[in-house]
Amino acid sequence: MRPDDLLKPRPEGLYCPPGDFYIDPVRPVERALVTHGHADHARPGNQNVLATRQTLDIMAIRYGENFAASRQEAAIGERLTINGVTVSFHPAGHVLGSAQICVEKDGLRIVASGDYKPRPDPTCAAFEPVPCDVFITEATFALPVFRHPDDREEIGRLLKSVRQFPERSHLVGAYALGKAQRVIRLIRDAGYDETIYIHGALKTLCDYYESQGVALGPLAPATIDNGKKGDFAGAIVVGPPSAFADRWARRFPDPVSCFASGWMRVRQRAKQRGVELPIILSDHADWDELIDTITAISPSEVWVTHGREEALVRWCELNGIRARPLHLVGYEDEAE
Amino acid sequence: MKRFAELLDRLLLTPSRNGKLTLLVDHFTTVPDPERGLALAAITRDLSIASVKPAMLRALVEERIDPILFGYSYDYVGDLAETIALIWPTEASALDRRNDVPTLSEVVQTLDATSRAKAPAVMADWLDRLDASGRYALIKLATGGLRIGVSSRLAKQALADFGKVDVVEIEELWHGLKLPYLELFAWLEGHAPKPESLAAAPFRPVMLATAIEDGDLDKLDPADYAAEWKWDGIRVQATSERGVRRLYTRTGDDISGTFPDILEALNFEGAMDGELLVGHSPDLTAGKQGPVEIGTFGDLQQRLNRKAVTAKTMEAYPAFIRAYDLMQDGSEDLRAAPFRERRARLEAFVLGLDPTRFDISPLVEFTDWQQIVDFRTEPPHPIIEGLMLKRWDSPYVPGRPRGPWFKWKREPFTIDAVLMYAQRGHGKRSSFYSDYTFGVWKGDTPETGELVPVGKAYFGFTDDELKLIDKFVRDNTIDRYGPVRSVKATPEVGLVLEIAFEGLNRSARHKSGVAMRFPRISRLRWDKPAREADRLETLERMLD
Ligand SMILES: [Zn+2]
Ligand SMILES: [Zn+2]
Repeated sequence: MRPDDLLKPRPEGLYCPPGDFYIDPVRPVERALVTHGHADHARPGNQNVLATRQTLDIMAIRYGENFAASRQEAAIGERLTINGVTVSFHPAGHVLGSAQICVEKDGLRIVASGDYKPRPDPTCAAFEPVPCDVFITEATFALPVFRHPDDREEIGRLLKSVRQFPERSHLVGAYALGKAQRVIRLIRDAGYDETIYIHGALKTLCDYYESQGVALGPLAPATIDNGKKGDFAGAIVVGPPSAFADRWARRFPDPVSCFASGWMRVRQRAKQRGVELPIILSDHADWDELIDTITAISPSEVWVTHGREEALVRWCELNGIRARPLHLVGYEDEAE
Repeated sequence: MKRFAELLDRLLLTPSRNGKLTLLVDHFTTVPDPERGLALAAITRDLSIASVKPAMLRALVEERIDPILFGYSYDYVGDLAETIALIWPTEASALDRRNDVPTLSEVVQTLDATSRAKAPAVMADWLDRLDASGRYALIKLATGGLRIGVSSRLAKQALADFGKVDVVEIEELWHGLKLPYLELFAWLEGHAPKPESLAAAPFRPVMLATAIEDGDLDKLDPADYAAEWKWDGIRVQATSERGVRRLYTRTGDDISGTFPDILEALNFEGAMDGELLVGHSPDLTAGKQGPVEIGTFGDLQQRLNRKAVTAKTMEAYPAFIRAYDLMQDGSEDLRAAPFRERRARLEAFVLGLDPTRFDISPLVEFTDWQQIVDFRTEPPHPIIEGLMLKRWDSPYVPGRPRGPWFKWKREPFTIDAVLMYAQRGHGKRSSFYSDYTFGVWKGDTPETGELVPVGKAYFGFTDDELKLIDKFVRDNTIDRYGPVRSVKATPEVGLVLEIAFEGLNRSARHKSGVAMRFPRISRLRWDKPAREADRLETLERMLD
């Protein structure tokens, strides 16, 4: 069996002809295997969804209990058979519940890693490299300029700024699923135990993370019913990035706008968005992690999807690894 | 270098003046000598470093990384220094262990002593030892590309805040100080006396006027005040002492290098206060003596903000000083003397100077305030921007005391323009569309013509008005580009803004061909239909 016969790109998403299922389809299909709960990977309207329990829970939180006609839980590491194709889910280290999906038939094994990051993250299970013939990798930050610094240093800069500007509030833009909880957890790990204020859009997901054993410390809604404008002086407020351009942001005194994203590595990106304090923090692998992962897994072929495919393909060529871009459409850059 | 890099990163992205001050004061407080002094000099661009060429750095990086991958990255990042800083390969884990991060003083001293041939190896070694932010700071410093939006005035204010002294004390000392400002910091921290200003031709902090407000004149006796024109150039201080000649702006920036023609004419001993203006060359080259023909502010701009000035530019736009005051005459400090006496000394002083480079700002004769009101309404010369009232008995004191000197600007020009684009503000205003681009009609009629942008304004309105404009912008958005919204502006629908401004220049850089000086929003004309806003011809007429 050739790799293309086991998995191939279609407009709906990555399709497995012998198993008759899709991985992370962007349009409703009969059977979907979903790597993780981000909106561009997990969409409502499929007939049947197979995913980790946490991903299923997250989909239910985001889309309601009826996000699919039927659902099936995939336990991490368990081997399931679908129309003669063996599939298994392995931790991707991206967000809570995220998994790589391993697809196997007739001795050929392809791993669709979805979004992943190898570095430790206190809010989700650690990435596990899975030996395979074809490794499908994301390429969100696949340029050698993207090297995410140490998380602790980035959070340290935020807390330093909070001390420097006690009369202002710090608004931290962070994607609602994963990034926000990770930022909060890292702030706690740095020893900050004041109440952190959160935008309403974060509430249910923060509650869910807590129910899964990720302690986030004292949180309160960032609403003015609780008091006057001055109450947020010196406070840290976390919300989805889109909310900061919104009227919502007006309730805070002279806010320092912060944005937690891998894109913040590039000053011009920070400047364009009017970000005053960039926090370089990403849930995706950086350049070094991408090439280290490929080197460690050492597949005979690499397929590259959403992001800067050309640079990663170039690197593979230089290092004697067969590689090609997949040209899947419908997946977005991190955190917009 | 680490702390300096961190400061740069923050300053680059901090829009507000207060935010910048906090960051600078923090830096001075927590970073030891000589690093903080060198950082200060780097920020005020008083640090001259033998520079490294960007092409050399690019060659260095391409020895270490595939040029195609570098090319992809450069395309994405867009700035060469930043691309090199970000892409420079280091062992991430090794970085944590490096204790040999170069200091700013190591960088400054070594670069000065390094030959061109050795520079690549020295730079590569430093780049290996720094993190991305340190590499960026190093490259910007070494290639002379450090532009971070901190004026020397702001840096001086930060020093004043740090030491809890008046900023004029810093300005006065500034030009006598030597890198890395050890005596200055020692004084500001309170463990050494104030450094004496030893430099010849130091800057003398300038006396400023407060604005006349309604009813002020009624309380004043016309006999106590002299009146003079306020000219529309830039306020300067020309000083020449013991062979040292300097030309300063009113905030103490040394602009001598930009005006060699003025400097050459400073053949006196003393310090004068005046307005820097430019003339039209035909009148001067004709050998004409006496009153100089003044150019517009637009002409003056041909001479400002230039590091090097050509002979041709100097001939086309010869600079001269219209004198207002005399602070120092030979060895005599006149600042404590009353204005009446200083004025008499000034008149005698200017008589001895080159009349093509110096004249005196004439006093305006008046006996009652109504005459002053009339003069203000119809000044006799287009380059007059208002009147100054100075108490005859006022000494020359630094700062802006209320009472001895008043300024009374002429009424601004106004036009009605239509809001075209709105951009989100910064800091407190980051959730408001608060920066506005406005235009006027061009073409035969609004229906067949189009709006051309003629300026930008981001103040002049109240907080309540801001909310209303913000709502209008959000309700009438037709397009978005990042933080900018394009707003509906047709003859039927559009928000008319009354714009006040101080003057108008021709500008090749603007599509409309005109550029406004100091535009601000003076009124919101919700009542006025967009079709009735002003036309470009109205502005063009103002140019003549
Ligand atoms: Zn994702
Ligand atoms: Zn993705």
